Amino acid sequence: MSHFPEGLKYTAEHEWLTDESPATVGITWTAQDALGDIVYLELPEVGSTITAGAVVGEIESTKSVSELFSPVTGTVVAINDDAVASPDLVNSDPYGAGWLLKVDVTEAGPVMTADEYQRTVGS
Amino acid sequence: MSDRTSPLHDEHVALGANLTEFGGWQMPLRYGSDIAEHAAVRTAAGLFDLSHMGEIMVTGPQATAALDHALVGWASKVAVGRARYSMLVQEDGGVVDDLVIYRLADDEVLVVANAGNADVVLAELVERATGFDATVTSTSDATALVAVQGPRAEEIVTSLTAAGSVEALRALRYYAVERAEVAGVDALVARTGYTGEDGFELFVPADSAPGLWRALLEAGTPLGLVPAGLSARDSLRLEAGMPLYGHELDRGTTPYEAGLGRVVRLDKTDDAGEPLPFVGREALAALQGTDPGRVLVGLRMLGRRPARAGYAVLDGAETPAPVGTVTSGVPSPTLGYPVAMAYVTPGLSAVGTRLAVDVRGRAEAAEVVEMPFYSRVR
Repeated sequence: MSHFPEGLKYTAEHEWLTDESPATVGITWTAQDALGDIVYLELPEVGSTITAGAVVGEIESTKSVSELFSPVTGTVVAINDDAVASPDLVNSDPYGAGWLLKVDVTEAGPVMTADEYQRTVGS
Repeated sequence: MSDRTSPLHDEHVALGANLTEFGGWQMPLRYGSDIAEHAAVRTAAGLFDLSHMGEIMVTGPQATAALDHALVGWASKVAVGRARYSMLVQEDGGVVDDLVIYRLADDEVLVVANAGNADVVLAELVERATGFDATVTSTSDATALVAVQGPRAEEIVTSLTAAGSVEALRALRYYAVERAEVAGVDALVARTGYTGEDGFELFVPADSAPGLWRALLEAGTPLGLVPAGLSARDSLRLEAGMPLYGHELDRGTTPYEAGLGRVVRLDKTDDAGEPLPFVGREALAALQGTDPGRVLVGLRMLGRRPARAGYAVLDGAETPAPVGTVTSGVPSPTLGYPVAMAYVTPGLSAVGTRLAVDVRGRAEAAEVVEMPFYSRVR
């Protein structure tokens, strides 16, 4: 089974995003696997402006904490309240119910295809 | 230098474990969900590979006399078949390692050291036993250590125990040890652990560990046992208020600062009734009863963001000032809120004191609470 759906774009910081606007943003299978059980999400507020490559949130697991980097520049139009309430959704369904943000994109950031990303994570 | 691997390494790989470096070893961090592994230990049972721990055998007519000299606590007063928590300190009272010693016979004591300290403890014990009629040998390479921890541990272990030993294991008291045949393997079975639950630790020959591991998994799975990794081990011991060397304890820390003064027996005497000059005694005797400058406390975070090791503890003032450092922190799976251990100035260590922790630039409210954070219902 591939852990990296073909239709998505990926970043070096282990986020995925849909190639559209608003773009849906989440963290990859690799990111959630490295973190372990996620227990707390801190996401930007709806309406806030975010910049590609900048820290926009935190993802906290039992063992560690990791920063969430925005893969694009734009305006946050939605956050996943279900995932904030049940962060385990990010572990169980990182590309589906565990999505994090929807961003109205004004400028794209550097991204990779699924194949390219898979090579960077070496699995 | 590459990490050492456990005699159970192939079992972990086959189970799909996520491996991590710990104390110079490659060990399972988790097999699946670390929260599920943690919960299984609290409600049923968990199976741990602790083969990274260092086993050191001290034997000979003066085995316990040598350990009375080498460690801060008594060894000679530990009855055969009993275990005790102890420490090895340096001359200035700083902790070199915390240990569990098992009195196996009049002239035989098993010392179990932390993985990362095993070589240092071995060297110290060899040196400190000089002049005593005692031999210090590492048996670590030949030994595997498997722990079954949780309320169903007794049921699981005794289901595999030779008929003649079942009653003995049921009756085995906390911090006691007994030889028994488990799953056909000659095991040293101790009722000890690092999770805050009932459970057993089984010392077995390294080559028989995989068979024992599989038998325990097979017998335990229907009862809710799961293999559990170091991540669950850490969150379990933290909830149980147990220190971890390298976090709460190190060479710059005395047993008194860590709240473990009870382990230090300044009243140890030799056969003539004279104070026994164990290593570190002079420094610890001078420190006993004095203001340690900092003390270990339990913190409950009042918000959702966990404090982590190394974060600054702040006082409750409007312009907060640093008053200590977090040594371990975790979002407690059992309690549902973050807990932490921290060293703080003694004046701010009373239960109920409101403090804060600098969590990556933001002061998060915390309160000093009793440890352990979690105690099992007995």
